Order: sequence, then C-alpha cells, then structure tokens
Amino acid sequence: MASGGRPERQAPPEIFYNEDEARKYSTNTRIIEIQSQLSERAIELLRLPDDTSCFILDIGCGSGLSGECLTDLGHYWVGLDISSAMLDVAVERETEGDLILGDMGYGMPFKPGTFDGVISISALQWLCNADKKYHHPPKRLLKFFTTLYASMARGARAVFQLYPENSSQLELITQQAMRSGFTGGLVVDYPNSTKAKKMFLCLFAGGQPQQLPKGLGTEESQTNKSQITFSDKRERMKNVRGKSLKKSRDWILEKKERRRRQGKEVRPDTKYTGRKRKAYF
Amino acid sequence: MKLLTHNMLTSNIIKGVTKGFPLGIQVSKLEEKSVDFNPDFVARMIPKIDWSALKQAASDVGKGDEIPADIVPQYEQNEDFLKKAHHVLMEIEVIEGELVCPESGRKFPVSNGIPNMLLNEDEV
Repeated sequence: MASGGRPERQAPPEIFYNEDEARKYSTNTRIIEIQSQLSERAIELLRLPDDTSCFILDIGCGSGLSGECLTDLGHYWVGLDISSAMLDVAVERETEGDLILGDMGYGMPFKPGTFDGVISISALQWLCNADKKYHHPPKRLLKFFTTLYASMARGARAVFQLYPENSSQLELITQQAMRSGFTGGLVVDYPNSTKAKKMFLCLFAGGQPQQLPKGLGTEESQTNKSQITFSDKRERMKNVRGKSLKKSRDWILEKKERRRRQGKEVRPDTKYTGRKRKAYF
Repeated sequence: MKLLTHNMLTSNIIKGVTKGFPLGIQVSKLEEKSVDFNPDFVARMIPKIDWSALKQAASDVGKGDEIPADIVPQYEQNEDFLKKAHHVLMEIEVIEGELVCPESGRKFPVSNGIPNMLLNEDEV
C-alpha cells in the first residue's frame, strides 16, 4: 500500500492499482506476507468442509495471493478484479484460478447457486466510493450483495476482510448486506489494538442458522468461560486505590495482559515474572 | 478462461437482460493445459453444470466431439466419463476471443485468458 493515507482516497481502483502498484504485490515480501495471513484467516472463517474440494469466488483477487492459499488447500477458485494490471500479474504468476475483469458494483455475472464460498481481501471498502458521476454507493452495494446472494449455494458463507473508513461506512455495508437476505455479522480480531485489529464481515446465504465465529484476541476466545470468575474483596479494595504500584508484580502482569489483548507477542507468566534478580557482589 | 468458468458466467448484469445464459463463444486462440484430475471435484460440479450449454461451448471451440451429448447415469463411478468432463471443463482454455450475450448481442472481449465483463454507463 502506498505510504500515507488511504488508497481509496487517492484514485479509483482501476487507476490506483496500476502496473507499479501491481508489481509490489508480486515482489514486496511484506505485502505478500500480510495478504496471505489475511487470506488464511478468512479461509479459516469460511469453515469449508474438510477433504472436499470446493468452488470459491475471490472478489478483488488482485494478483492472486489469496487464491494461492485456496489452491494450497485443494480448492478451485474464480477471481474477479477491476484492475487489469493486477490481473496481468496474476497471469504472470501462473495462478491456478480463472480470472475475470469486472466491477463488483455492477453485480456478479454468475449463474445462481454456483459457489460454495466467497472470500474477499481488502476490497469491499472500495465500493463505498463514488468514483464516477453516475456511481451511487448504497445502490451499488445493494446490487452487489443481491447478485452475490443469488450466485452462492444455500448455506454457503462469504467472508470479507475490510478496512472501513468510519463506523457509518461499516453500518451502510452491513445494512445493505442484511437487506439482500444475508445473515451474519462482523468478526473483529484483536479489537484492543490499533495495528493488529482486523475486521471480517462474515455473511451466511440462507440455510441453517449458523453461529458467528469469535474474533481472535477477545476474552471469550482465550479462555472458555462458563462460570463467573471468583473475585474477593481485597482485590476490589486494591482497585479502589487505583493502578498497582509501578514495577510491582501486579503492574507487570497487568501490562503483559494489556499487550496480550493488543495481539502482541508476550512471554508467558511464570513464578519468575516480576521477581528480583539475586544480588551478586 | 476455462469452460467451467464459462458455464457459470452470465450477462444478466446488463440492463434489460434477464437470463443472459449461455454466452456464445467466438474463439481466435485456444490453449490446452494439463490440470491434475480430481474425480471428486468433477463429480461434485456435474449437478451445477448446464450440460447442454457445455456441449454447445465445446462445439463452439471445436472440441464438441470430446464429450458425450448427455450426462450418463451414475457418473460418480464412471471414471471414463469424469475424465472426459474434466478435460473439457478444466483443461481447455480460451486465451483470445469474444463472449457474446445471447439476448442483446453485446460482445465481451477475452484477452490474455481474461474475459472483460466491464460495462458502460448506459448498460448498468
């Protein structure tokens, strides 16, 4: 991604993802790593049946990084993207999936009931922009979701990783998805961290009611709480006095817990945590 | 573009087109690539495929005699049939050519194996 500012603010996708930008997606290892991590998490959220090859649609497939993750798992995919430069890179990389040049806001040009699952990495927020005079974001979103719903098999899931600009954008996207008949909602990984926080919109196209998966780094996913934790009075008294003493064991534990919630790498708590070193000399 | 993808593509995103299926194919360059044969996947895709459209598409690209006219009963066990279906669905690729909407006659160019499904302002 270009330094500074959101790419959606700079130019329409078919212009922003030009040959220079597209080349980054085949050479820059950092971009490749982030994209594959996001794709792996999105595929995990799709919960495809094990040992079955599925037919997947990848919306905003770009250079086919997310598709490669699908191929590794033995699935077959079709990718749709608006940038021909990115698709050319995908052809160069000899990705397994079939590629289509198209605009998601015009609707999905597929037969009903085609796909067993849909993934999309960092693409949906582009639909919230009006890049041409006749573009009307709410209408384009609705058209996209209704045609997508039709092209999916009943009970199939769609997982969109997205970077919404603000909460009203997110609200608009979810609202239009629900209007089109989807159920489901938002899964947020590491909600307490600015950097590691990732949003996934998980949508279900009909079928049996399904439970929304839990985000990573949230309290519920770390410890399976079925009971209220024991709390004693002294603990409350300590909190009344405010934060724990700096450099104390409690202070260190609190700090580690906070960083754990932000999804950072933290050493495990042991009996040695916060202990003083032996005084030599 | 594989014929499997062609069998899933419609042109009903154009204003006024209701079904838009199957798209006609005019091919100027064809390629055959070998893809690993996965009988389970092909068997799972057969019910989703419009067989008459596939037969038509195969004859459009000049490979009509490589698949049977109808789906044989109990195709799951019939490896010969699945292999033929696999070859036509996965291994034949349209590299250059055009897709034609059956209702409006609008042509979608295929270049470098990628069909261009972008529309103009007045067609949305």
